[in-house]
Formats: sequence, structure tokens, C-alpha cells
Amino acid sequence: MVIDLEHYLTLAAILFTIGVFGMFLNRKNVIVILMSIELMLLAVNINFVAFSAYLNDLTGQVFTMFILTVAAAEAAIGLAILVAFFRNKGSIAVEDISSMKG
Amino acid sequence: MIIQALAFYLFAGILTLSALMVITARNPVHSVLFLILAFFNSAGLFILLGAEFVGMIMVIVYVGAVAVLFLFVVMMLDISFADLRKGAMQYVPMGLLIGAVLLSELVLVYGAWSFVPGVEQNLATPILRFDGATNAESLGQVLYTDYILAFQLAGLILFVAMIGAIVLTLRARPGLRKQSVAAQHQRKREDVLEIHKVTPGTGS
Repeated sequence: MVIDLEHYLTLAAILFTIGVFGMFLNRKNVIVILMSIELMLLAVNINFVAFSAYLNDLTGQVFTMFILTVAAAEAAIGLAILVAFFRNKGSIAVEDISSMKG
Repeated sequence: MIIQALAFYLFAGILTLSALMVITARNPVHSVLFLILAFFNSAGLFILLGAEFVGMIMVIVYVGAVAVLFLFVVMMLDISFADLRKGAMQYVPMGLLIGAVLLSELVLVYGAWSFVPGVEQNLATPILRFDGATNAESLGQVLYTDYILAFQLAGLILFVAMIGAIVLTLRARPGLRKQSVAAQHQRKREDVLEIHKVTPGTGS
């Protein structure tokens, strides 16, 4: 019953796949797509911290904090774009965001 | 050791289930709440791995800021989420296929991971360098010295994101009475002030 690095890596792989699948499942809903992106970034963070712990190297945890920063910035900008879009179009469906298509 | 394994399987199980609920819940508010649960469980995993500072930051940043931001936006927008789910099932077979391929590839790569011998010589910042220091203290000693440029750039990214979010959601509302400092300073005395000589006894 020893928890190895492989356990964490497999968990992160499952979580990443759930994130990818969530983008297919909620193709029209931008909010849930953003949440799926957060899940994928969480999987990457788990990989970083697991490698950091099992290699006894602190760099992984440092980079986890940078990923956290980027994820927070991305969520803020994404939701701001969503709010601005909802004000203009009255909808957040992905297929309505196609006014640039020729 | 058995406690550690049980804790891992508990956290990992709840994390996976709540991640599944995030993408399948009918109500987006439930999605956000399950996202919060997933973040809490991943923080538990991080603490289990000995990265307690990152785990706490996870709770503070993700649960305290990002998830609340999501919840705020979900509740603010007045959308019929049932319409958004309509016709979503047609992409499920393709998504399942791609998910299965991706998962099997990742598990094949990760399932039998082993480090090359002598990898200890190549570590960038071995934890043993800070012997006796807590996780937060050693992280600070690395973050503010070796990674100071990246740290500053992360701050810049957050600053730009903050300005961007404000600019994107700011709108000019007509009919709003605002203070215009320039107009106030350009007022002349003659524009606004008239002096009339009033003769006494005439009543006007």
C-alpha cells in the first residue's frame, strides 16, 4: 500500500482527460469550458507537485505557483470577456461568437 | 503508511468524482460548487505530498478568488442553461474516443515511470539544501532569489489581467453625472457671476 509517483501521475492523467472531455460535453457553454480548463491546469499542478515531492526538488512547487498565477489571470480575463459578450449579444452560446467568420 | 494510502485514495476518489460532476452537472452553480470541492481535495493531496504552502495557496487563490469569481458570473448572467445543453450529445462519442485515446496514452507513459539513476545530481533546487526549514520558508528562499524575474513577471501578468478585466467590463453609461475637473477649472468668474446694482426703495 505504498503510494508511488505513478499513482499521482495516473490521477493527474484522469483529471486532465476529464477536463478535455468536459470541453466536448459542454461545447456550447463557455463557463463550463473555462471550468474544464481550470481542471486541466489543476492536473498539471498535481503533476508538478508530485514530481517535486518524489524528486526532492523544490522547483516544481515554484512553477506550480506561476501556473496558479496564470490560471487566475486567465479566469479573470475570460470571465470579463464573457460578461462583455453577454452585454452585447445577450447570449453566451459558442456558436453565436462567430461574427468574424466571413 | 496505511493512513497515507487511505488518505490518498480518499482525496483522489473525491477529486475524480467531483471533477466528473463539474462537467456533467445540469446546473452551472452546482458545477462551480463541485469545482470548489475538487480544489479542496487537491489541496489535501498537496499537503499529503509535503507541499503545504502550495496547498494553502490553492485554497486561498482557487477557492477564495477564482471559484467565487465563477460563481459570481454564473449567478449574474441570466441565461437559460437548458438551451445550452441541447444538442450537446452529438459530440459525446467523439469526446469519449479522444478522451480514451488520451487517457490510455498518458497512462502508458506515466504508468511505469522511473527516474534515471543519478538524477539527484541534476536537481535545480534540492529540498535537502534547506535542511530544517519549513516548506514556506524554503519556497521563499528559492522564489525571491533564483526566480525573481519570473516572480516579477507573474506580478506583471496579474496587473495586466486586472487592468484588462476592468477595461473589458467598463462601459460608458449615458446620463451619469460625473465630476469634470477640467471643466471646473476652466470656469471664469465672468461666466457665472453677475453683479447688479440694486437701488434701494424701488423693490427690484
